[in-house]
Amino acid sequence: MYPRSFEYVAPATIDEALTVLADNEGAKVLAGGMSLLPLMKLRLLSPELVVDIGRIPGLDQIEDKGDHISIGALVRHNQVASSELIQQHATALAQAASWTGDVQVRNRGTLCGSMAHADVAADQPAAVIALGATMVVKSSGGSREIAAGDFVVDVMTSALEPDEILVEIKLPKRGGGSAYDKLGRRGGHSDYAVAGASAWVRRENGRIADASVALTGVGTKPMLAHGVIEAIQGADATDDAIAAAADRAAEGVTVLEDLYGSVEYKTHLAKVFARRALSQALAAAS
Amino acid sequence: MTTTRLFGKAIKRKEDPALIAGTGRYVEDVRLPGELSAIFVRSPYARAGVNSIDTSAALEMPGVHAVYTIEDVRHLGSLLAQVPVGTLKPLLADGQIRHVGEAVAMVVGDDKYLARDAADAVEVDYDPMDAAVDLEDAATDRITVHDASNVIHTWEAGDSDGCAEAFGRDDVVVVERKMVNQRLIPVPIEPRAVLAEWNPGYGTVNLWSTTQIPHALAGAIATTFGLDANDVRVIAPEVGGGFGCKLNVYPDEILCTFASKMLGSPVRWTETRREAAVSTIQGRGWVATAKIAATREGDIVAYELAGLADMGAYSQNFTIAIPVLGQFTAPGQYDIPNVHFKIDCVYTNTPPTDAYRGAGRPEAAYYLERSVDALAADLDMDPAELRRRNYVKPEDFPFTTKVGMVMDSGQYAATLDRLLEMADVQGLRAEQTEAREKGRYLGIGLTTYVENCGLAPSAMFEGGFSWAGYGLPSAFNESATVRANPDGSVTVVTGTGPTGQGHETTWAQIASDTLGVPFDRVKVRHGDTHDSPMGIGTFGSRSAAVGGPAVARAAGRVQEKAARIAAHMLEAAAEDIRFEDGKAFVAGSPEQSVDWDNLVATAYQQYQLPEGLEAGLEDVAFFDPTNATWPYGAHMAVVEVDPETGDVELLRYLAVDDCGTVINPMIVAGQVQGGIAQGIGQAMFEEAVYDEQGSLLTSSLADYPIPTAADMPSFEMDMTVTPTDANPLGVKGIGEAGTIGSAQTIVAAVLDALRPLGVETIDMPLRPKRVWQAIQDVGQGGEG
Repeated sequence: MYPRSFEYVAPATIDEALTVLADNEGAKVLAGGMSLLPLMKLRLLSPELVVDIGRIPGLDQIEDKGDHISIGALVRHNQVASSELIQQHATALAQAASWTGDVQVRNRGTLCGSMAHADVAADQPAAVIALGATMVVKSSGGSREIAAGDFVVDVMTSALEPDEILVEIKLPKRGGGSAYDKLGRRGGHSDYAVAGASAWVRRENGRIADASVALTGVGTKPMLAHGVIEAIQGADATDDAIAAAADRAAEGVTVLEDLYGSVEYKTHLAKVFARRALSQALAAAS
Repeated sequence: MTTTRLFGKAIKRKEDPALIAGTGRYVEDVRLPGELSAIFVRSPYARAGVNSIDTSAALEMPGVHAVYTIEDVRHLGSLLAQVPVGTLKPLLADGQIRHVGEAVAMVVGDDKYLARDAADAVEVDYDPMDAAVDLEDAATDRITVHDASNVIHTWEAGDSDGCAEAFGRDDVVVVERKMVNQRLIPVPIEPRAVLAEWNPGYGTVNLWSTTQIPHALAGAIATTFGLDANDVRVIAPEVGGGFGCKLNVYPDEILCTFASKMLGSPVRWTETRREAAVSTIQGRGWVATAKIAATREGDIVAYELAGLADMGAYSQNFTIAIPVLGQFTAPGQYDIPNVHFKIDCVYTNTPPTDAYRGAGRPEAAYYLERSVDALAADLDMDPAELRRRNYVKPEDFPFTTKVGMVMDSGQYAATLDRLLEMADVQGLRAEQTEAREKGRYLGIGLTTYVENCGLAPSAMFEGGFSWAGYGLPSAFNESATVRANPDGSVTVVTGTGPTGQGHETTWAQIASDTLGVPFDRVKVRHGDTHDSPMGIGTFGSRSAAVGGPAVARAAGRVQEKAARIAAHMLEAAAEDIRFEDGKAFVAGSPEQSVDWDNLVATAYQQYQLPEGLEAGLEDVAFFDPTNATWPYGAHMAVVEVDPETGDVELLRYLAVDDCGTVINPMIVAGQVQGGIAQGIGQAMFEEAVYDEQGSLLTSSLADYPIPTAADMPSFEMDMTVTPTDANPLGVKGIGEAGTIGSAQTIVAAVLDALRPLGVETIDMPLRPKRVWQAIQDVGQGGEG
């Protein structure tokens, strides 16, 4: 648990940070440190340079931008969990943040950091994906926007290039209701997700006008449950319709066995939590 | 007679202000000038030959002082053990790796970071081989860990024939279950740490260590290096939990001492959390079959426990003897006419096992209570009534069990009744019935246990669990010095080695009462072998039952002398002197008194004392109890299981424990709560998982979840008090009781919840996947 030696720099502005990143291949960005530092201590990752963006002002805000909510790169899990704005417009994310790690982790870790780390069993990426968020990514060469569903690419791999920083997450305020539910490794909602699902639902005239569902813990990455989404769009807002749609949760997912569950069990849980998240989201949308 | 004022009271712990404020001093807080850091090169393989070790690149790195291999330390011999049966651990791997994480080389550098870099640069050429990992497979000797059978010892007691005959009766119900009591990784909050300082000028060694057994460690260092005991000073400052895993002498303690001798600088090593998972002993690891028989009326006629216990790859301190502690308590609280216990100790290519909170007794209680529950289900009897029917009755004590132990005292039915009353079992059963109608699965688990603690009398273990290997007497007595300092303050020096048990408080309560000195003026010193008289250490719930009476005895002797001095000063008879509130006075006429401080000052002035009395006011006492003590209790858990996910929610946990006379009920409650949490950890979360090649898959706390406060319900607790006659205080010990009583209670509750689904047995830990699978296996689980 002792990292290799590394250089450390704490830029004062995001532009400065981007320049440092562009100039130093193999540099890594440090925000809350809840993912990067353990990897370094285990020597699984030994960057030559750590670029600490923690002292850059202005990145720690959750702001109402009218049609969307803006979440800055240094917004901590606890801020997300306790934000009334997020509780109201992105309930799923507030729930996911409240069940992430423990108090110490929630006080240090950042939502953007969690997205960039792209852990297969993290809570918040599922919510961010289901809520249809947009990731704002910058490099010294400019900026680009990536749909949350495309942001997590593979096992612990995001779409970020080495010289890019995830500076902001935009959560659309598109009405409806959302929810996140999971089974934690420690049981209940505690610890990483053995399996979890986040759902967003917009309801119209007893039907599900629009919906999105994302899974975590089940496969190689937090991801959209395309089968469920296809089945639930336009379906009746009934328990049966939800259960039938949720049954398609594992479609197209490479379910991975781990210490916490067999393929069969996790496949089953994907369906259970897709159903539970949809039901709760629907209730919240009503 | 002394008025007891603090004994039995919930006095706040003297230890806590420093611990809570963060000013407590641990091994890592001790800093010596010029100290170096050690890092170990550890094997990634569980079983491998070591063809060669190339240390040249590491030695060339700046700041690296030495890289040691077995060639450098073979002359020091193997690690010492209290029970030296089987193969003792070499200080560093000697040509053959026998468990993952076994240390191959030790790097010493200016700091731990560059020592780590250098350790990574040590090139070891391994020849990996298939390993003996699975316990039952290892018992077949298909792959042997050493050059002999893996089965190195068998503990057997009771009457095999009697059991066989009883099981064959046609008027009895027999229930047989094979169960796993899984291997656990002890996780004290403070990992192990050592700082060794060999002073060539004085020819002495100072060793700071997180040990539970300072005197044994000092003995081991002296024996290994050919020193006198008074050349070695072991200091265990604050120790952040031990739970048995610090009840060992470890290679790193010997090797840091060696490195300090060779390099002329202090050498420090602190294990990392992941390292602790392979460098420190592990606990439990039994695969055994329990068989129980009873008449249709519920009279238990036979109980047999037979199986295997996983020793890991080497015999460490007490490794081989752990199962016999389970043998001692195998029949539990029951008067069973036929009992047979037979456990084979088996080597595997995994880190050695040894004492972990409860050590053999949680395993025994687990198998027995699971069996009694299965029997109750088969007989369709109330689990409480079946137990009550078979209890040893209060009037039958002292009770000699069928495994040859003499149990001191108990009122098992009364303790059970108190629990049932607290729980309102009938109300709970009604709630359960109602919940089941709504498709909710509530479960109620009830179990009872007995513990054997304060290993005694010493003579019983002569030659068996000897400390002789450490150059210590073969005894289990404890000691205390009580000293009235010239200013009237009182110092108690104990031979026990607390790791959070609160001895600074409880020992002070005893001394304060005996001498009538205010509690605040009594300080307890511990964990320094230069300070304290010979003591064995803190483990096996023994400190109160063995160390406590030593404090009382020493304080009593000081009181006797103080009484003679007071009598002289007050012109009264010594037998009439009483001590209270900082005064010595004449019974019946409190106005005839002398201040304690004045009395003590006088005690240090020879010319003021009566003829024949020597100056000074201190004494040392040793205590060896006449018997072990047998605390016991009854526990209950209430759970709800989500059958769709297998998730278990612990709703309530109730415990009524009886540890004899209580010195400090708050400390007892804390011990019980912590113990229960550890048992819940085993029941619900914890398991050391090795793959087929012997790699540990659960070496981080991310994959080895331990219970946290957030996982625990608010415990509902009470106690009954049935004193022991094994010591004058009547205390029995409480350190391990909660752990011994709890794991099977949780399992009982979960099985009770799942009964309507047809699930009859399950192995720990009850992680959701396993509960769900158990439901699937009986074919009634649905997609919901």
